[in-house]
Amino acid sequence: MPPRADRLALLAAAPLIAASLLSGCADTPKRSVAPELFVVVPGSDGHVGSIVVENAGQKRVLDKPYGAARVRADGGTEAATLSESEVRAAFGPTLAALPGKPASFLLYFLEGKDELTPESKAELEKVFSELKRRPLPDIVVIGHTDSVGSTAFNDRLSLARAERMRVSLIALGIPASRIQAAGRGERELLVPTDDNVAEPRNRRVEISVR
Amino acid sequence: MRVTVLLVAAALFATPAIAQDIGLIKVSSGNVQIERGGAKAKAQVGDVVRANDVLHTGADGAAGITFTDNSLMSFGPNTVFAIDKYAFDSTTHAGQFDGTLRQGRLAGVSGKMVKQAPESMKIRTPSSVMGVRGTEFVVQVDEPVAPAR
Repeated sequence: MPPRADRLALLAAAPLIAASLLSGCADTPKRSVAPELFVVVPGSDGHVGSIVVENAGQKRVLDKPYGAARVRADGGTEAATLSESEVRAAFGPTLAALPGKPASFLLYFLEGKDELTPESKAELEKVFSELKRRPLPDIVVIGHTDSVGSTAFNDRLSLARAERMRVSLIALGIPASRIQAAGRGERELLVPTDDNVAEPRNRRVEISVR
Repeated sequence: MRVTVLLVAAALFATPAIAQDIGLIKVSSGNVQIERGGAKAKAQVGDVVRANDVLHTGADGAAGITFTDNSLMSFGPNTVFAIDKYAFDSTTHAGQFDGTLRQGRLAGVSGKMVKQAPESMKIRTPSSVMGVRGTEFVVQVDEPVAPAR
């Protein structure tokens, strides 16, 4: 015999259990549950992950683009494949509220200067709009140089490049408190070279945002 | 100087040391509220999220959260989502994320804990449990339909 408190609880629950048995055991009238939908969505890099949906003791692995599991109002579950536009239609405002992923951007500079190359200048708008899209961003700007010039000169130049970007970001409306700038001189060459080699890909800032 | 700058950079990207703050509201539009300890308060961009919080959005509401393991989650209108359990070790990347979508819509991108241990993130719904092996997914729970007569 269960303890007294449990027996009381059983007695109290008896009418509920009877009611749920009546409504749940037969095929009709249909059991009514909240319809559910699970979809695995390809990432912006095209990567498709997988999710496992367990329902009524059964596990389904979804690992194809827009592969879905649907729980119907009658409690049954079915596999489905949605289209991208169907997912967009159903989850538009939800997906739009997804915060931006941690990201980083590279911008390149003219030799010996803290002025961007024309190509990077053209790209600046894109980077800025990406940063501006993120409310409350945490931004780190790290400046780098190539191996032409002394260590001291390159330390100053790399910091000047990072600072110039920082000032531009502040002018854009990003609070100064959310931006850190640093120079790494020629210590982290993107393309390894000997000393005193002019290498455009090493003259850069990296802007990381989360 | 260099060391200072590196420390600042490291601190900025490190997981916050405050144990209770597990995420940050990064997006909030329309009516968005966080229920904590029985009290509901309007949630704004910059507000912290904690374990056992329940997020509510109204008919015009949407919200987006970044969690300390870099996982992301967003919610559409008329949504109720409870964070039942959250733990993340920024050194080992071990963790556990248990949430319940009671109704509405969510989109998610798994982070470091799922990369470390698949299915360490679980989303429950009224009739199912979803384990996340990675990476992006959406879930919807509709209003229950009246039983057919």
